[in-house]
Amino acid sequence: MQFALLIFESPEAFAARNADENDPYLGAWRAYYKALVEADIYVGGNPLQPPETGTTVRLTDGKRRVQDGPFADTKEQLGGFTILELPSLDAALEWAARCPAASIGAVEVRPVSPEFKRRVTG
Amino acid sequence: MIGSEQESTHRTIERVARESYGRLVAYLSAHTRDVGSAQDALSNALVAALETWPRDGVPQNPEAWLLTTARRSFIDLVRHRQVAEASEPTLALLRDESKHMTLSPEFPDERLKLLFVCAHPAIDPAMHTPLMLQTVLGLDAARIAHAFLISPTTMGQRLVRAKSKIRDGGIRFEIPQQRELPQRLDAVLEAIYAAFGIGWDDMAGVDQRGRDLAEEAIWLARVLLHLVPGEAEVHGLLALMLHCEARRAARRGPDGRYVPLLEQDSQRWSLPLIEEAEGHLAEAASRGRTGRFQLEAAIQSVHAERARSGRTEWTAIMLFYEQLVHISPTLGTRTAYAAAVGEANGPDAGLAVLDGIGPDAVAAYQPYWAVRAHLLQRLGTTPEAVDAFDRAIGLAEDPAVRQFLLQRRG
Repeated sequence: MQFALLIFESPEAFAARNADENDPYLGAWRAYYKALVEADIYVGGNPLQPPETGTTVRLTDGKRRVQDGPFADTKEQLGGFTILELPSLDAALEWAARCPAASIGAVEVRPVSPEFKRRVTG
Repeated sequence: MIGSEQESTHRTIERVARESYGRLVAYLSAHTRDVGSAQDALSNALVAALETWPRDGVPQNPEAWLLTTARRSFIDLVRHRQVAEASEPTLALLRDESKHMTLSPEFPDERLKLLFVCAHPAIDPAMHTPLMLQTVLGLDAARIAHAFLISPTTMGQRLVRAKSKIRDGGIRFEIPQQRELPQRLDAVLEAIYAAFGIGWDDMAGVDQRGRDLAEEAIWLARVLLHLVPGEAEVHGLLALMLHCEARRAARRGPDGRYVPLLEQDSQRWSLPLIEEAEGHLAEAASRGRTGRFQLEAAIQSVHAERARSGRTEWTAIMLFYEQLVHISPTLGTRTAYAAAVGEANGPDAGLAVLDGIGPDAVAAYQPYWAVRAHLLQRLGTTPEAVDAFDRAIGLAEDPAVRQFLLQRRG
């Protein structure tokens, strides 16, 4: 079963991406990634550019609405996602707790929906 | 004046609820096996107490008041349940019991039976500790869920399922027969220790929630000791937890930084707790039956000795771990044994013990990588040591531990 870890980060955590090689947040992420790969549960994932680079599109009454920035304007923003192959939600929550972002932001765990994907992709 | 009186009434309710919760739930459910309804009934009684005690004053015997009110609510709850055929025997039992009840204001302490029910072999072992925390101590499902890293809804559902199993699965409220007692008692001890372990790991020493859970576990062990005073392993478990508890303040530096045991300032350890632990360990030893918890307590006792002697007797620790691995060869004890061997006989010897553990078992086990990293580093900073540090850092949950390891890795 696949789970997505949606990683919500504070502005400070986004800023830490530009820090030097010895930054502890970067070090923690490298170690976390290594642990995921070694545990043979890593499926994929990507960090996202900071929230201000987002552009949100929606159609209201047939009219296009384009908004600068992310969908929701909150302090912590989606900073990336990781897809893991795990046997249960319990296991996914355990890995989420180890995520470096969990102690300074938040990590939402959601099961991936292969059924809906099949309906979309045919 | 009125405000402070109300406050003191609320405090009384809190105190009675805390001290009597398990006793009342155990007594209400002992004959009916319906732990869920017993808890609901007691909740109703506590709500009634919050409404009436501030107005009418605290009754002379608050516990008896709660019991009478809860029993009335229990009968209503069972009566209202739709499945009439299933509840009829429960009602009959309650009717019989209420006749008996009016005769004696004192009621027997059935908590030991409740503890054995919570750790019954027919109940999923993962639910032993949550059940105990909820039924004997009255902790709410959400708080238990946080500690166990499970969603509150899921924890609630699992608790309900476990309680249905107790009610419908024929699990009896009884003290196990002598021949199966040691094994059954072991399950109870394991469940109490699991609660302590969670309280211990959980944001070690800074998180109020974590500290509480460790305290609750110690309280449970004290209750158990009161119920089975002669059991060596109960003394052993209490000694172990008190030894660990004695070091709580020393586990963090003033800036919140993680301080490993060997670098802790022993002046910051609590001497009264150490003395109490030693007393229980001596009591356990006098029974002449060794066991897992006594061995673990003995190891902690050797560590505590450093407060007096200024040094750690690693050979003694290693020998205790050797016995411990023999009776309880878990991943945790084998890893700790390797660490002790590494200190007593050198890093190569410790690494040899680690190499004896299968690679699949350790892929997500943080302490293994932390010990491995430490031992490899003592042999020199190699890429292998850095790699082990990375694994330990990646698997760490506590940010202070992560920070500590990042610094050590260099």
